[in-house]
Amino acid sequence: MANITIDGKPYVVKDGVTLIEAIDEARIPLPRYCYHPGLSIAGNCRICQVEVEKTPRTVIACNTRVADGMVIHTRSPKAKESQRVVLEFLLANHPLDCPVCDQAGECKLQDYYMEVGLYDPKFDEMKVKKTKKAFPIGPTVMLDQERCILCSRCVRFTDEITKTHEFGIFNRGDHSEVDVTPGKQLDNKYSGNVVDICPVGALTDRDFRFKVRVWYLKSQKSVCPACSRGCNMEIHYEASRPYHLQNERIMRLKPRENHEVNQWWLCDEGRYAYRPIDFNRLKKWKMPAHGGQEEADWEKVLEKLAFLLKGTGTRTNGRWALIASPQAANEEIYLQKLLFKDYLKWADIGFKAPGQEGYEDDFLIKRDKNPNSTGALEIFGLSEAASDITAIVEKAKKGEFAGIWVRDHDLAKVFGEETLRIVRQRLQVLVYEGTNGNPTADCADFVLAGAAYAEKEGSFTNFQGRVQRIWKAVEPLGDSKPAWQILTRLAGFLGLLWNYTKPESIFNDLARETPAFRDLSYKKIGDQGVVWRKSSASLRGA
Amino acid sequence: MEVAEGRGAYQTARKAVLSMKPEEIVRAVTASNLRGFGGAGFPTGKKWGFLPKDSKKPVYLVINADEGEPGTFKDRYIMERDPHLLIEGIITSAFAIGSHKAYVYIRGEYVQPFKRLQTAVDEAYQKGYLGKRIFGSSYDLDLVVHRGAGAYICGEETALLESLEGKRGLPRLKPPFPAVVGLFGCPTIINNVETLSCVPFIVKNGPEWFAGLGSPGNGGTHLFSVSGHVKKPGVYELPMGTLLREIIYRHAGGVPGDRRLKAVIPGGISAKILTAEEIDVKMDYEGLRDAGTMLGSAGVIVMDETTCMVKALYTACKFFAHESCGQCSPCREGTGWAFKIVKRIYGGQGSVRDLDTLLAIAKGMEGRTICVFADAAAWPIQSYIEKFRVEFEEYIKKRER
Repeated sequence: MANITIDGKPYVVKDGVTLIEAIDEARIPLPRYCYHPGLSIAGNCRICQVEVEKTPRTVIACNTRVADGMVIHTRSPKAKESQRVVLEFLLANHPLDCPVCDQAGECKLQDYYMEVGLYDPKFDEMKVKKTKKAFPIGPTVMLDQERCILCSRCVRFTDEITKTHEFGIFNRGDHSEVDVTPGKQLDNKYSGNVVDICPVGALTDRDFRFKVRVWYLKSQKSVCPACSRGCNMEIHYEASRPYHLQNERIMRLKPRENHEVNQWWLCDEGRYAYRPIDFNRLKKWKMPAHGGQEEADWEKVLEKLAFLLKGTGTRTNGRWALIASPQAANEEIYLQKLLFKDYLKWADIGFKAPGQEGYEDDFLIKRDKNPNSTGALEIFGLSEAASDITAIVEKAKKGEFAGIWVRDHDLAKVFGEETLRIVRQRLQVLVYEGTNGNPTADCADFVLAGAAYAEKEGSFTNFQGRVQRIWKAVEPLGDSKPAWQILTRLAGFLGLLWNYTKPESIFNDLARETPAFRDLSYKKIGDQGVVWRKSSASLRGA
Repeated sequence: MEVAEGRGAYQTARKAVLSMKPEEIVRAVTASNLRGFGGAGFPTGKKWGFLPKDSKKPVYLVINADEGEPGTFKDRYIMERDPHLLIEGIITSAFAIGSHKAYVYIRGEYVQPFKRLQTAVDEAYQKGYLGKRIFGSSYDLDLVVHRGAGAYICGEETALLESLEGKRGLPRLKPPFPAVVGLFGCPTIINNVETLSCVPFIVKNGPEWFAGLGSPGNGGTHLFSVSGHVKKPGVYELPMGTLLREIIYRHAGGVPGDRRLKAVIPGGISAKILTAEEIDVKMDYEGLRDAGTMLGSAGVIVMDETTCMVKALYTACKFFAHESCGQCSPCREGTGWAFKIVKRIYGGQGSVRDLDTLLAIAKGMEGRTICVFADAAAWPIQSYIEKFRVEFEEYIKKRER
């Protein structure tokens, strides 16, 4: 360990760490462009200059290692002058087009100009003109070479993280420019990350550009539901001015740092998977017409459904099956288990749709495109094989069930339209609970419009057994409701006395009664998640 | 080969490889006060001593023959006229540091020196002085001559390594230094052509003899490239510490037409300029350092009274703006920015205020980059304007409208 002083305060840091690591750990702000903790050290932007006592010149914090007794100043006149000078160079050829630049508001050139710049510009020459402005370099990313400050983060990302090597720096001196190598375009599974790490407006997201100014955005922590890794992310949404955006609320998803899960990255598959939150949503319940044009509401729908489930409706006497969903949160699955398995004694429960596995790599992307298969297996107490819903569908085709409750799945997509048609024909009641419309919902008797993951609280269990929380960013769309509210109300109509008022209390019961979750709480999970108690050998895919 | 051997070439290398211990050679080089003639003047023996002692990786010897500093053409003379001396120096030095593979990185524009050196290398291989079991010993050494592609920055030793590895010639962040992590990630010693050409003489005649040739702490003689306004431009081998005045007037014959001397750049274009009044200075590392400039590559550029300092600075700035690798922001932007201003002044569109901007740019570039290119680009700006400010101001005012 080394004893060092930063800005007058003593710190004890690990031997061999760089000054910028020590400064970051001390939560002292220091400008940087080329430095990124997930990439190799380039040391080319030169902005992270700090003063080290007994050293004649300021040094860059990213490539200087701590030594015992080092006295470091990040805000001394000498350090600030160095930072200011470097910024003036960086801005010399930078276009002054902030008003029409989509990066404005989250641009590190703007931010650091306000913090350490504030000089009277001396540059009185023609700026260097470069060729590619607003130039698409792939399906997702747009390049503006003049705005680029050549920090080489994007080059290092594609060299070191994706190893796809699309980017290079071409030419020399102030004619240097970032570009994709001839004949290539930026098109890999993680392209969007270069936009996140670009500190300026050189690389912008074609999906997001000019949709909304970033200062209108609000942010909520979340977890990506697009595969079983559960990458930590932020939902950036615009709730205050929906009239500008044709009622679209979710503007983009950004990765959130979590060293145990996704580091700083998010794959494109997850990044661009936000549209179903705002589009093709089920906004209202549906129930079979009965007795003419009777006015209904959620209460009446659930009351009627409870009536059928209790088997008091003569036509529906018989077996029911539950096709649950690994898209559902732990809390929701737990309530399904309490209600359908424990109380109504349904024996036929599954959640895994066959043949739906997708691309997997050895980095972030997992084959299982659901965020909570691990949690569902554990809470329902199913084996991997038993979780498959094929058997239920086969039985349904033979007419063994009076009713099926389907959550999220589209049976037409998984088993084909013909199978859905036969199953539908053989069923007396089909209940569809979910967020988005599909052919299965279209032919259901009951449609229970659920809130999307961005509209509710809960938790997912990823493939590592890491339990991670999701938070509510926006209100449930239309008349949709979080599943836990739907199930709690339904339980009431079935005569159960649940008094769950929030997902946290459901989770507490879940943690008390399910060994893998024992001792966990929302507080313990925090915003980085916690691996449950189960041994890793028993995990799916481990 | 015949001529060279007739004059004793390879005898020292043979003796070293067959009968000396590597440490003996290192000790001799250290004691000789030999300092790197590439420009930085770092003691050669000390540099060799930075090699890790217990590394299992191969050690490489890289010879910097990318002589790109404007005003410098000394290494070229060695490679064109006595390539076997360089090869002998390489063999002796590689043996001393325990290297079995050496690379000569030669400037791309040096076509004739390359041809001569390559021919000499081929001859040495034929003779068994390079390759397996050289001189019949158990020591192997391969030597590769690699041509650069024309970038000044590849003379910076770590950019040279990058280029040699097949990458863009960008200087590396230090630490780690090449002696620990160099070529292909292995311990590497990089020496200048002239430096290694001194090693056979040191081994043959002893370190005291070599040290005695020069001034205190500056062993041997040095090849001074003298160009510009002198009667006899050329390469002069003179003891370290020779007076600059002596080089210009006694050896190079003085200024043609007996015009008045105006300024001298003592160590290649990067070195700060000296006025005619400042030439009674000893041409060694300390002497020039004390005069506020540097020995650098010992490229002496002489300028007489007909020289326009604005144009001279224009030429220097153009060079540096063209050759900046573009990696570090102060250098990339600073060299281009400074050149634009100087070009504007030179074209008659300048203002006196521009001079202060130039000085501010130069100060901003200094000491804030990965390599010393930015410093080298800043020094001409600072020294020309500081020492000839009156001329710059007159030039600007005369053209002001």
